[in-house]
Amino acid sequence: MESKSNLRSPVSQQAHVIEKPKDITTIGGTVTIEINEKKVSVPFGTTILEACKMNGISVPTLCHHEDLCVAGVCRICVVEVEGMRTLQASCAFPITNPIKIKTSSPMVRKARRHIIDLLLSEHYGECYSCFRNGKCELQNLAKEYGVDTYTFGHVTEPRYEVDNSSYSVIRDMSKCVLCKRCVRTCIDLQEVGVLEAVNRGHETMISTFLDKPLLDVICINCGQCINRCPTAALRANDPSDEIWAAIDDPNKHVVIQTAPSPRAAICEEFGMEAGHSLTKELNTALRRIGFDKVFDTNTTADLTIFEEGTELLLRLYKALVKKEEVALPQFTSCSPGWVKFLEHYYPEYIDNLSSAKSPQQMFGALIKTFYAQKVGIDPANIVSVAVMPCSAKKYECNRPEMNSSGYKDVDYGLTTRELARMIKEAGINLPEMPKSDFDSPFGEASGAGLIFGATGGVMEAAIRSVYEFITGNKTEDAFENANVTPVRGFEGIRYVEIPLGDKFGPVPDILKHLIPNWDWLKGVTLKVAIAHGTANAKKIMDDIKAGGKFSECHFIEFMACPGGCLGGGGQPIPTTPEIRKKRAQAIYAEDESLEMRKSHDNPNVIRLYEEFLTDGPCGHTSHKLLHTHYTKRGRYIV
Amino acid sequence: MLVFEKNNMTDEIEQLVNKYGKSRSSLLPILQDIQRKHKFIPDFAQQEVARLLDIHPVEVYSVITFYSFLNTKPKGRNIIRLCQTITCDLAGKENIAKAIERELGIKFGETTKDNKITLEYVNCLGMCDQGPALLVNERVYSKVTPEKAIQILNEIK
Ligand code: SF4
Ligand code: SF4
Ligand code: SF4
Ligand code: FES
Ligand code: FES
Repeated sequence: MESKSNLRSPVSQQAHVIEKPKDITTIGGTVTIEINEKKVSVPFGTTILEACKMNGISVPTLCHHEDLCVAGVCRICVVEVEGMRTLQASCAFPITNPIKIKTSSPMVRKARRHIIDLLLSEHYGECYSCFRNGKCELQNLAKEYGVDTYTFGHVTEPRYEVDNSSYSVIRDMSKCVLCKRCVRTCIDLQEVGVLEAVNRGHETMISTFLDKPLLDVICINCGQCINRCPTAALRANDPSDEIWAAIDDPNKHVVIQTAPSPRAAICEEFGMEAGHSLTKELNTALRRIGFDKVFDTNTTADLTIFEEGTELLLRLYKALVKKEEVALPQFTSCSPGWVKFLEHYYPEYIDNLSSAKSPQQMFGALIKTFYAQKVGIDPANIVSVAVMPCSAKKYECNRPEMNSSGYKDVDYGLTTRELARMIKEAGINLPEMPKSDFDSPFGEASGAGLIFGATGGVMEAAIRSVYEFITGNKTEDAFENANVTPVRGFEGIRYVEIPLGDKFGPVPDILKHLIPNWDWLKGVTLKVAIAHGTANAKKIMDDIKAGGKFSECHFIEFMACPGGCLGGGGQPIPTTPEIRKKRAQAIYAEDESLEMRKSHDNPNVIRLYEEFLTDGPCGHTSHKLLHTHYTKRGRYIV
Repeated sequence: MLVFEKNNMTDEIEQLVNKYGKSRSSLLPILQDIQRKHKFIPDFAQQEVARLLDIHPVEVYSVITFYSFLNTKPKGRNIIRLCQTITCDLAGKENIAKAIERELGIKFGETTKDNKITLEYVNCLGMCDQGPALLVNERVYSKVTPEKAIQILNEIK
């Protein structure tokens, strides 16, 4: 770990720092420079690009991305620096001297235009048949620079075969501009390392180990590369045609569940500023499109808290009282990207993963059993769709073991972007929709389920419930307004200790048959940790392997995507640190606005245990429908 | 690869990592040693190098595909590389190529049936003032004539 972090370029060493500090750290004071003959003063070491941005001057970029280390490979950001023979890439030029810069001289404009023409000469694709149409950085550049002919020609045949082997990510390298943003994402942010440039010169392309199809290499399906690709070279595997077909089929009963993160981000696809949840507008829109029922994934997020929380308490009970060998710390299992990461790189820790399914898959299993029975519909005729911020959810619903209802539990995972397109195709302007509620028998869910969307959210939801289960006190007594702020935030890794004290309440009825009392928790301090972005997960796992402080944790939340689900690979493009922050604000604001803030207060879930999952959390029925098992995959593919 | 072959390969790479160190910059010397010994870098070896240097297999693959002198598929026991860059071309590279192809009965890019020799073109070998230049395994020959080329071929075991 140590040796490696010293070797990547500086920005990527901080890959886990999602937020940039408010003021750029000033080492050695400021430098006064001239940009387009205007004097400005900037902190020493600022790049020309940042300096321009800070002063409202726009410079085009392609390979640059705020989440990633500097690459300086596309040269579209060139500017003139007085006294230098050649044009300089502004994204890779730290200011250390009082230089004079021109950002739009004839030489600069000509060079940029040439670069665009050269990119287009190798680019295969027609914008009107392209999923990035209107949202493509290359297309935008061509528009901005007034490209009206192909000065250096244009390819008319695809240069490479499309790789559509993966359930989640489709690679169309004929549209690649070799900016290597995906490479930096997959290596630096995610530490999965699927993609790199192979070959040399004009034969260079982004490929996988041994040029294998994506399905056959270690890809965790997180889709982070899609979110950072400037063009349509990477896109998600879109099931919307199949979903339309199901909607149009009168024999099919099509239900949809919506996760909190898409609801907090879909506004961006409709020209709104980031940070507005359109939950109830979305309900109406989905009904107008033709979905028969609209459910809230938060319902099963609440259910997850019961199952996963009980599992944790049982593990602790077995370890501390019965002195049995159990795997601790318990790891969350709701992020399918993280689960696959662990299955590949740390298979020996498979038992630490909570056996509880993700909310999406729990819902899938319930819809085709409990719900089907209740409404008297043959589960074979139910088509279950899940709107997710995530491309790994597409993979998750296709895992062969995910059929505990006797059918494929969830038929399709649909991303925020794909749903937005379906809504537009139906001629609906989402922000103008009247508001409406979710459908019964699930109806409303708690704010605890809602905050699953942000990093730290699962942990906070679990604490809100487990704390009350154990102490018999209100979470509000320990955390103002039940906001467990210590677990919130965007630092890549967070570690929190919560002393449980020695005043315990009675064991709640629902758990009584499993645990007689809480006395054994006297004096115990609950140690928890949170990581988001698998590069950070790797740091924690390596620490656990070495017997470090994280090995003493009781419970650790892992999310594959930076920022948690709200920064998922299926979310609107672009996703930047700023936008992630706004989405998080939207989610926490919606949570605060709700009456019901804790999973164990959700009456629908309590009814579910009374009517259907009658042997309680982690009981027999739960185990059959709501829990799963994992596969030791290992790191070798040959 | 058989299990014991894999184990041997792992041992071998562990030794190389000990010799050159675990840092990223050891990648090239390690790959060169494997290439020298096996004449190619097996898929499994690429994974092991990645694991032991704590990088990713695709990064190893990326480096191998970048360099002409590293390869992922087995080649002949001897590799003959003829410079195809412009000065050697003007100095008569084409005649050398024809002579060698005729003598061995294979084309450039191919390997003889007995696996003895692989023919390849390379770019500038830095001997431009003494072209045409020929590289036989790790030895450079300059001012090569068709006759000399045949003679060199005959000396190869
Ligand atoms: S990737 Fe961009 S430029 Fe290329 S066809 Fe698609 S929209 Fe057009
Ligand atoms: S989906 Fe995730 S793991 Fe797969 S290539 Fe993209 S960034 Fe890497
Ligand atoms: S696939 Fe996309 S992100 Fe990756 S190099 Fe190509 S254009 Fe850039
Ligand atoms: S954006 Fe600066 S070189 Fe690509
Ligand atoms: S051109 Fe052949 S050695 Fe330089």
